[in-house]
Amino acid sequence: MLEQERNIAAWFYLAPALILLAIFIFYPIFNSFVLVALEDYNYLQQTYDGFTLTGNFRNVLNDPNFGQAMLNTMLITFVSVPVSVIIALLISVWLNAIPIQKIQGFFQTVFFLPYVTNAIAIGMAFAFMFNRRYGLINWFLGLFGIDPINWINMGASYGNAMITLLIYITWLTLAFKIIVFLSGLQGIDKQYYEAARVDSASRARILRRITVPLLSPMIMYITVTSFIGAFKTYTEVIGMFGERLGPPGDPNSMTTIVALVYDALDRSGVPGAMSEAAAAALILFAITLVFTFVNMQVSKKRVHYG
Amino acid sequence: MQNVENVEELYEDEQKIRFKRRMRLALVYAVVIFFAIFIIIPFYWMVITAFKTETQVFMSPPMLWVNPVEWQWVNFSLALERAPFIRYLANTVLVAILSTAGTIITTILSGFAFARLNFKGRDVLFMILIATMMIPGEIFVVTNFLTITSFGWIEDQTFVEAVLAMTVPFMTSVFFLFFLRQAFKQIPDELYYAAKVDGKTDWQYLWGIMVPVALPTITTITILNAMNTWNAYVWPRLISQREEFQLVSNGLRDAFDDTAGRIMYHEQMAASIIVTVPLIIAFLILKKYIMRGVSRSGIKG
Repeated sequence: MLEQERNIAAWFYLAPALILLAIFIFYPIFNSFVLVALEDYNYLQQTYDGFTLTGNFRNVLNDPNFGQAMLNTMLITFVSVPVSVIIALLISVWLNAIPIQKIQGFFQTVFFLPYVTNAIAIGMAFAFMFNRRYGLINWFLGLFGIDPINWINMGASYGNAMITLLIYITWLTLAFKIIVFLSGLQGIDKQYYEAARVDSASRARILRRITVPLLSPMIMYITVTSFIGAFKTYTEVIGMFGERLGPPGDPNSMTTIVALVYDALDRSGVPGAMSEAAAAALILFAITLVFTFVNMQVSKKRVHYG
Repeated sequence: MQNVENVEELYEDEQKIRFKRRMRLALVYAVVIFFAIFIIIPFYWMVITAFKTETQVFMSPPMLWVNPVEWQWVNFSLALERAPFIRYLANTVLVAILSTAGTIITTILSGFAFARLNFKGRDVLFMILIATMMIPGEIFVVTNFLTITSFGWIEDQTFVEAVLAMTVPFMTSVFFLFFLRQAFKQIPDELYYAAKVDGKTDWQYLWGIMVPVALPTITTITILNAMNTWNAYVWPRLISQREEFQLVSNGLRDAFDDTAGRIMYHEQMAASIIVTVPLIIAFLILKKYIMRGVSRSGIKG
């Protein structure tokens, strides 16, 4: 039903939120583009040396850590997202197959726990688990006669440190995906499964032909948000490696794009640092946009909106 | 004769199917338990390490179990001495309460406008707000730091200024606004017209009827927002100019960095437990609301 317009009343109700959004969301978007256009901007003295179109972006690209940050972010994204989406999907399907509600509820609670943990606290627990001499992982591997591996301690290889980080990120991000998938599974009409049973379709076939297509909007949603989340990886690295962003003796080897933003912000007094931070953030935004767009295109063909 | 055979065959088939079903269920349990262990182990390791003595922590191979009689409860008080954790916890609770209260009030008011009122540009404005959810927060952080500085909340920072800087930028949220608007929209219009007939104003209708009806959603928003503050790391680190103004995550990371030499893992893990347990308790009590909030966010509105 169309009601009479109530403009004054509406703006009164909107005002508190809109004022805050204007200052802390809309203005920053606009100002980011201003910042990247200024050369050697010094916010303390409010001075700058002129304007530049690409200078600040070039500063980011020339940052000694840029290549490493790009590589790490891409590795984290393209390994941890598919792996955790698939594992989360399988766990959800199996969890949903448990017939006794109480037991299912118990396991649900277990799988959701990582969602409510502090990324710093549990990251430190992971770091100690993977400790070369005193850690649980090397003890376990030792049971199979595998020599202690230097995962994240002094002198650890890039590959080992990255594997440890990937395991941690996968562990941390499973919970959210399982919650979403489970709620999706529980919304699927049981009739589909009954029909499949009448046709005596195999389990794998049911999963491929019924569950995955009907869950595809959720899978799509999870994939997009996980990609965006993975591009923004930062506190996970801090939790595991500290502000050093790498194993001892190898600082910044685990750096990410977001870390570039905060590194620049830490140098905020230096002329141009703010613009560099803004440029790095805009690069992150551009990457996010491209991948969201690609995901949307793929989903147009694959996603089944019931 | 033929009939009897058939029945026996059927019976055998049934048993086969039942056996197969049981095997499948056993397999399901095995896999679920395997992954559950994968999830639980870091928590277990955190807890058991927190109860060890220093000698036990630095043993190789590691001790997998410590007799509860020997548990070193003292590690918790040692951890608390390592940094002003009580202060950090108090700061975090204060910041969580203020930013959550702000978020609730601003989203209730604006959610009402979007859900219930008809005004010029409503749909366009709503689309613009939704679009901002796609933008990574780092874009905002850079300028917000400058804005907070220009407000004078950085230089010669007082505690009040630090709290303002940590709360004011987070006193609203497009995501929660969207979430609450959906809840408000589900309230039947008839209630509104009935309230109007009773001579109630919009304001009375909002707080007397809409808010109580949407209370589960508001509870969910409260929990999710408080969780965000609890886990906040980057912003408080960036803007707090004094160590004692920081929040728990910052204190936890800084107190146990290994630049100072060997990490006292037992104390580090004890501090981690102090930070983790309140959230887990909140989760166990409010599981229903948290899960609903998260799964709702996955459903197209």
